[in-house]
Amino acid sequence: MVEELLFFMEVLVGGLLAGTMYSLVALGFVLIFKASATFNFSQGAMVFFSVLAFCGFMQDFNIPFVLAFILAALLMVVVGLCTERFVLRPLMNASEDTVLMATIGLGYVLEGLAQAAWGVEVRRLDLGIGDFPVPWIADNLKLFISALDITAGVVAAIMIIGLFLLFKYTKIGLGLRAVADDAGAASSIGIPLKHIMLLVWSAAGVVALVAGCMWGARAGVQFALVDLALKALPVLIIGGFSSIPGAIIGGLIIGAVEKVLEVYIGPFFGGAIEGWAPYVLAIFFLLYRPEGLFGEKIIRRV
Amino acid sequence: MKPVFMTYTKKDIINLAICMVLSVLIIPTFIKTEYWYTSILIPWLCLALATIGQQIVMGYTGQLALGAAGFMAAGAFAMFNLILRVPDLGFVGSLIMSGLIAAAFGILFGLPSLKVRGIYLMVATLASQFFIIWMIDKFGWFKNYDSSGIITAQDIVILGKPFTTPLAMYFVCLAVTTVLTLLAMNMARGSTGRNWMAVRDMDIAAESMGVSLLRTKVQAFAISAFYCGVAGALFAFCYLKSLEPVAFDIKLSFKILFMCILGGLGTINGAFIGAAFILLFPVLLNAIGNNVFHGAIDATIISSIEQVIFGGLMIIFMIYEPLGMAKLWENIKQKWKTKFPSINLKNLKSSLSKKS
Amino acid sequence: MAQERKFKIGKPILEVNNISLSFGGVKAITDTSFNVLEHEVRAIIGPNGAGKSSMLNCINGIYKPQQGTVSFRGQQIPNITPNIMAQMGLSRTFQNLALFKRMSVLDNILVGRKLHTKTNFLEVALQLPKVKKEEKLNRERSEEIISFLEIEDIKDTPVGKLPYGLQKKVELGRALATDSTIILLDEPMAGMNVEEKRDMCRFILKVNDELGTTMVLIEHDMGVVMDISDRVVVLDYGKVIGDGTPDEVRSNQKVIDAYLGVEH
Repeated sequence: MVEELLFFMEVLVGGLLAGTMYSLVALGFVLIFKASATFNFSQGAMVFFSVLAFCGFMQDFNIPFVLAFILAALLMVVVGLCTERFVLRPLMNASEDTVLMATIGLGYVLEGLAQAAWGVEVRRLDLGIGDFPVPWIADNLKLFISALDITAGVVAAIMIIGLFLLFKYTKIGLGLRAVADDAGAASSIGIPLKHIMLLVWSAAGVVALVAGCMWGARAGVQFALVDLALKALPVLIIGGFSSIPGAIIGGLIIGAVEKVLEVYIGPFFGGAIEGWAPYVLAIFFLLYRPEGLFGEKIIRRV
Repeated sequence: MKPVFMTYTKKDIINLAICMVLSVLIIPTFIKTEYWYTSILIPWLCLALATIGQQIVMGYTGQLALGAAGFMAAGAFAMFNLILRVPDLGFVGSLIMSGLIAAAFGILFGLPSLKVRGIYLMVATLASQFFIIWMIDKFGWFKNYDSSGIITAQDIVILGKPFTTPLAMYFVCLAVTTVLTLLAMNMARGSTGRNWMAVRDMDIAAESMGVSLLRTKVQAFAISAFYCGVAGALFAFCYLKSLEPVAFDIKLSFKILFMCILGGLGTINGAFIGAAFILLFPVLLNAIGNNVFHGAIDATIISSIEQVIFGGLMIIFMIYEPLGMAKLWENIKQKWKTKFPSINLKNLKSSLSKKS
Repeated sequence: MAQERKFKIGKPILEVNNISLSFGGVKAITDTSFNVLEHEVRAIIGPNGAGKSSMLNCINGIYKPQQGTVSFRGQQIPNITPNIMAQMGLSRTFQNLALFKRMSVLDNILVGRKLHTKTNFLEVALQLPKVKKEEKLNRERSEEIISFLEIEDIKDTPVGKLPYGLQKKVELGRALATDSTIILLDEPMAGMNVEEKRDMCRFILKVNDELGTTMVLIEHDMGVVMDISDRVVVLDYGKVIGDGTPDEVRSNQKVIDAYLGVEH
């Protein structure tokens, strides 16, 4: 009985920590949605693009780890700059769906560019953190939990606290909240819309890079990351598109539920149900709570 | 222009006749290389058919769905099993049944559209994509317990006659596509299509006119999935000649989405234009790679460039012409007409009659 | 309106009983009741934010009021949706234009014929003879409405490209195409110039006169309302403060204070 409980705990904690990786991808999504009400479908591609560039800098040009990370982050700022200038600004007055389609196109561009520049083979990314159980926890709590999962959890926590502080206590954060509320009104009182957009896209880019590092260290840096990042969508539906805590909780829920289902129910169906379980979970949320756990209720006015 | 036959104007009938002569007489007479049939014309017809399905739900009804390939898979594997287990049904019967089975999935996964829209609906339809592929993959029955992962499609036999040469298969695809395209046009131009578009443009007003959102949306999803299912069956039996779930992954769904949007949302001919573009452009790019650069560029790089261009075009079209190539073509024709009004046949005739 | 009317004003056709509606604590309508008689032109007036549009949205089932009922021909309707109301013979236009933007004027009006279209999608796909017959009838009726509203020259234009005043006309046309017994018009003359307004009034009265269609309209322009309506109900802060003939309303002190006093 105790062993079963321990095993369940292990599955649950493993799932929760793996879920923080989804949260990290979802976080980038929320940042952009909050600031511009844009569904950025290319967030997954940004994850792939940024981490592939990071690996490329390190492995093809022998640039040291820290410098390569900074370069990759700068590259994401450039991507943000170009996106703001060449995609979002011309689509200012376009409908939501049109912008969404454009970001799907943007995702294609980023994926193609990344592969053209750095090749298509799977790259290993070694962060110096092993993807194996931490001995100390294994000995004392009898739980087998990967060091990488714990790192991802800690990194996610740091980023959330950082972003929270940024939003709450800086002038930029205040401006961003104003823009999120009403872009037109904000710009009319002199808040530099462009700078804020640029900042948000850059922040989303850096968040993507961090998420990419975590995923890359686990699964290798490869195209499949784009599909993995798609799971950020059900996360967002569960958490609500405009809520940072929502992205985190949504990620945790998805991570935990898909692991628990996979371990306990998967074997009856030949496994691999984690491929669709998050989406079906999202459908249930859509039917009963379309605005998500933390999103604002949408009232349509006529 | 006044319709002269059913809902078709004289111009429509002329266009249709040209298309038929081209596809039934000219192409088979002049194109003898198998490559054109097996690698271009057959997949073009199949994918155009699937794109019409995507058009119905997205272009006409305005519901953002991203799961065409899932419904195609449902159709393809339904076809395989029907031919295997119910041989009496015959090819055409099986094809229609496969479409209906796909339509059932369409109804099931279209239900969330009653509650949500936009990206929310897109995520819900992604569920269908992943779920259908998983189901086929994990339950051996669908694949007749074949362990190799890829099953060979049965030969096409219609009324006792085998249709196995590329040309014969081309005609099978052509016949099915033509019939279904005409039916789609009838619906799109009739009251059915008006209901779809009313829901797309302003759902509350449509409801106030007595258009049932439930019926219209579910109907659109069902018909769309039917088209995708039939297209998937043809795609597997005439083009791939094999069945494996991986062939119908999310990438194919995206491809069909691109065909639909770049071709022109809310038009039937846009489906054909979009499918042709997405299929032919890589061929062209490869030809340039081989002939101009003599293979100096790696094939993977060429496919990456292709991806960048498709994505870039998507952005450009969204900015300048969200209604795609079909609309672009209309605009060019319009400009041409205003620039050279004398070329317009009608004006020419009337000016001639005035003189006499 | 001195001359004899073809359709005499009759019994109540639509009754609104004690409706209350609030949005997350903000009260839009409080305990409001009034009725509409068959064949009459009934106006709902009141200052901005008085809850006029919300009232129409409750009648037509777009908003679900927390309290109160709507009765049609003396029968209380339990579960109002726009669709059910349309089937009962109630059609409407919207305050902020709710046309099908990418469709032509003719197609917009043809959508109004939806309830007179009985063929299903399979029959349409196969273009059976009965589909053609039905489509022909619907088109003829739509063309009639188009020429009645004097918009023949724009019938093939996508409505999104038309100026505001014309769009309002098309919306009226779409409501007419339903052949409803009662039509709700939400600010049919907003944003129009004097001439366009006069035209619109003429159409409204003509429809009421020739077809006997009951008209319920919301309007801002007091002069217009008083001229064309049989009875007027005045809302202020979601409550009825006056109800009666234009003359009665005009002399009602509450109304004068709330609305006419600050005439704009």
